[in-house]
Amino acid sequence: MLRLPLRSNPGLMNWFYGFKPPEQGTIVLGHRRVYIVPSRLGLLFGGVLLILLMGSINYALSLGFALTFLLAGAGLAGMVQTTRNLARLAVQAGRAEPAFAGERALYRLTLASDAPFDRPEILLRQKNSGAECRVDVPAAGAAEALLAVPTARRGWQPLGRVMLETRFPLGLFRAWSYVEPDCRCLVYPHPEPGALPPPAPSRQAGGARAHAQGSDDFSGLRAYQPSDSPRHVAWKSSARSEDMLTKQFAGEAVAELWLMLSDLPTSLGLEARLSRLAGWVLAAERSGAHYGLRLPGVELAPARGDAHRTACLEALALYQPGAGAVQGPGTAR
Amino acid sequence: MSADAQPAPRPNPRPDPQRAPDQRALGGRDFALLGAGLAIVLAPHALRAPAWLVVLTLALIGWRLLAVGRPALLPPKALLVAIVAAGMLGIWLEYRAIFGRTPGVMLLVLFAGLKALESRNQRDAAALVFLTWFLAITNFLYTQSIPTALGMLAAVAASVAALVALAAPRRPPRASLRTVAVLLGQAVPAALVLFLLFPRVQGPLWGLPQDAYSAMSGLADSMAPGSLSQLTLSDAIAFRVDFQGEAPPRRALYWRGPVLWDFDGRTWRMGSPTVAEMPVPRNGTRSEYSVLLEPHNRHWLFALEAPALLPPRTRYLEDGQIVTLAPVRARMRYDMVSLVGPDASPGNDRRLLGRALRLPDGFNPRARALAEGWSRRGAGDAQVRASDAQVLERAIAFFRKERLQYTTDPRLLGRDSVDEFLFDSREGFCEHFSSAFVFLMRAAGVPARVVTGYQGGDMNPVDQRFTVRQSDAHAWAEVFLAGRGWTRIDPTALSVPQRLNEGLARAISTDALPLLLRPEMAWLRSLRYNWEALTHQWNLLVLGYNPERQREFMSWFGMRDADWLELASTLLAVLGGFVLALFAWMLGRMARPDPVQTAWLQFCRKLGARGVARAPHEGPRDYAERAARDLPGAGEPIRRIAALYMALRYGRRPSAAQAGELRGELRRRVNDLRFG
Repeated sequence: MLRLPLRSNPGLMNWFYGFKPPEQGTIVLGHRRVYIVPSRLGLLFGGVLLILLMGSINYALSLGFALTFLLAGAGLAGMVQTTRNLARLAVQAGRAEPAFAGERALYRLTLASDAPFDRPEILLRQKNSGAECRVDVPAAGAAEALLAVPTARRGWQPLGRVMLETRFPLGLFRAWSYVEPDCRCLVYPHPEPGALPPPAPSRQAGGARAHAQGSDDFSGLRAYQPSDSPRHVAWKSSARSEDMLTKQFAGEAVAELWLMLSDLPTSLGLEARLSRLAGWVLAAERSGAHYGLRLPGVELAPARGDAHRTACLEALALYQPGAGAVQGPGTAR
Repeated sequence: MSADAQPAPRPNPRPDPQRAPDQRALGGRDFALLGAGLAIVLAPHALRAPAWLVVLTLALIGWRLLAVGRPALLPPKALLVAIVAAGMLGIWLEYRAIFGRTPGVMLLVLFAGLKALESRNQRDAAALVFLTWFLAITNFLYTQSIPTALGMLAAVAASVAALVALAAPRRPPRASLRTVAVLLGQAVPAALVLFLLFPRVQGPLWGLPQDAYSAMSGLADSMAPGSLSQLTLSDAIAFRVDFQGEAPPRRALYWRGPVLWDFDGRTWRMGSPTVAEMPVPRNGTRSEYSVLLEPHNRHWLFALEAPALLPPRTRYLEDGQIVTLAPVRARMRYDMVSLVGPDASPGNDRRLLGRALRLPDGFNPRARALAEGWSRRGAGDAQVRASDAQVLERAIAFFRKERLQYTTDPRLLGRDSVDEFLFDSREGFCEHFSSAFVFLMRAAGVPARVVTGYQGGDMNPVDQRFTVRQSDAHAWAEVFLAGRGWTRIDPTALSVPQRLNEGLARAISTDALPLLLRPEMAWLRSLRYNWEALTHQWNLLVLGYNPERQREFMSWFGMRDADWLELASTLLAVLGGFVLALFAWMLGRMARPDPVQTAWLQFCRKLGARGVARAPHEGPRDYAERAARDLPGAGEPIRRIAALYMALRYGRRPSAAQAGELRGELRRRVNDLRFG
């Protein structure tokens, strides 16, 4: 009954649930934020009690009344305990590791309780995706919940609204509460599978393999790129040829690669080009090459290693085409 | 919530989405708890059920237990359907009915076994729990004794434990057990409130099956040879009596019940008396008492002769019976006043006398001859017809002289039952004595009728209450004498005087008596007295709590004649208060305020009110120093309070006793802080 207006109107929902997302820091579920209704089993239980009551009245069974009322009392106590299972629970969002689009983002939530009793069977459900996780919070302790939420688009993906629900101890009532912690996960572009090898320094010299390149052992010559170190220019050979040539080495130190958005045809669309770039970044890192990334307005100098790879992927994830830049169909938010 | 107090977060073992909870398969623990609950509620039914049903139900439950963890052993749907059909057919063959009380209960027993067998997931388990409760309440149709109640409690505990285990399958059993104890502990006060305050209405709400009250025993509306002696073998309680003041002597305890008028040669039946004004008894010893009558599914109440008070919603009939408007189907309590005396005689209405002389023709010729002999001879003159009083005298003398034997196991009598009793077998029970006496009186032309009821009763030395059992059932005669009215004559007592003073047990010499009635079982009797005293309280307070008692209860709280609306609102208020209190207590347990922090904050507020508010960056030492400088009148206490606070907060951990002392001093000093 309330669901529809609440769902369509986030402001109303915020008012109804009494908090303004996203919430910073530790969220303590005050008992005003914990809602409770009978579950389907609880409704059945109510029906059973009604039948027992009618039978007791009809046959004037004093012990029938006693049984009915004892069960009703247990139901009431269960209702209070179900609320208690959530009330004053502290929810804290942890760091979510970046994920590639199409993978699941793993959000970590820590549920902590300073109560002298344990809180079993707390179900967390991410509202948008329905990702679920059940945890038992020990007495005066904490438990970590992992929510694996599917991702579709690159960029920051906030965790959004998470429902905490419990039916413990009798399953007759369902208590729930919503939290929307300030927690987001960076989603990299989906690395295009079977990505092309990184482009050669220039179009004319296509065919040179990047992953075998280094600077220790001389392995051959290739066309000069503007960024090539003068020390690597094969001056003698260049003198004999029309073009400048650069010496190629196999081994640890590699020639520098530039991964550029502008190298990819605009007909692919922005998102597809970013995906391909992401695939190249991964391939380049695997090959051990020094690679740089150049997007309109963003330039990361060639380097290698996890930090650099992360920086490149982050740049790809967060790239916002500026004014005048090519707009792909799947432009990020 | 202080972050350092928590252990490191446990990694969650199962991050994957779970199956819906009611699809989870049941485990051995679930079945153990469900089975325990079912076993407890099924056990009493097993004594009532036909043997094949008991075996079948046990087999079904055993089958399910065998199949735990081996789903291949579970039967296919078709087999289940076949078992249902066969079971229902069996029940129909057994009782020739499917509806009605006992067949209905047996069906429920059958379904419990079948449901147990086909249970796979949590939803089935919930259904089994509900079935357990239905079976528990059907037990109360047969008995509501204390042991039954304890059994019910155990069954409820098992089924609640099953629900808890279902809701948290990974929790250690010990923790779940504690949860069950807490739940039931909290349920009991709520149940008590509901029991006392829930607006009670007098049932039934709808028609009851024909056999609903077949289990109730007691006097019938007719009397044939053998009917009373069968009844007296039963130890069951007919009613209990609580006398205000001294109880009358045992020999005077004639609890008058149905009055039988019409004789067909074998069976005495009730007349069709009309409602009459209750006559005021003339003399006798006033005796006030209250009766707690067991349900007997009849209209009549029992009272000592002669009643002087009509309980509410009852009528007085012209032959002296007191009847209720509806059959007594629940334990009923009523207050009575009687004037007990040898002369007590209800009514002197002559209208009924014709009926009191009627006899069927062609029965008992020898008895007729005897009676006619009594009536022919006048006191002095053989031609003058004897007066009724003279006839009565002769009859009494006859019974005294003849030494007829008293037995609960008399020989079977033929067509002329009175003749055979008086002249051939010469042994019988009170129905034989009273029947023969009334027959003789009528044959002699003296109006007479048979009265059935109970005679005597057992005083329980523990609670001083009288218990009247079915074994005290009795039949006597009433004779109408001109000028005196209906006069009670007990022909059994004439022949066997000790029957009155010492009860049935002494009057009978056979072994046919129930074990507990035998005089030598004294220690068993004392045990029984204690148990019965307890049972009496149980019956009175728990089972006898009905709409009337509820009104009485409410009047203690100043609510006279509380109607259901008042009751319901009181109930809601009390129950709501209970739930809120429970809730507040639980929340309070979660966040008990730290007394040290509370005292410190109070201290800061006090100083703040004097203009020395604590700056956010100030620690306790700096703050106290500054405050002591600014408020020199209280410098010493301020420093001491800060020192105590720092010792409790940051000092080396003191022992529990020391800490308590320090906390006490801190609180005291903060409270006493003055800035003189």
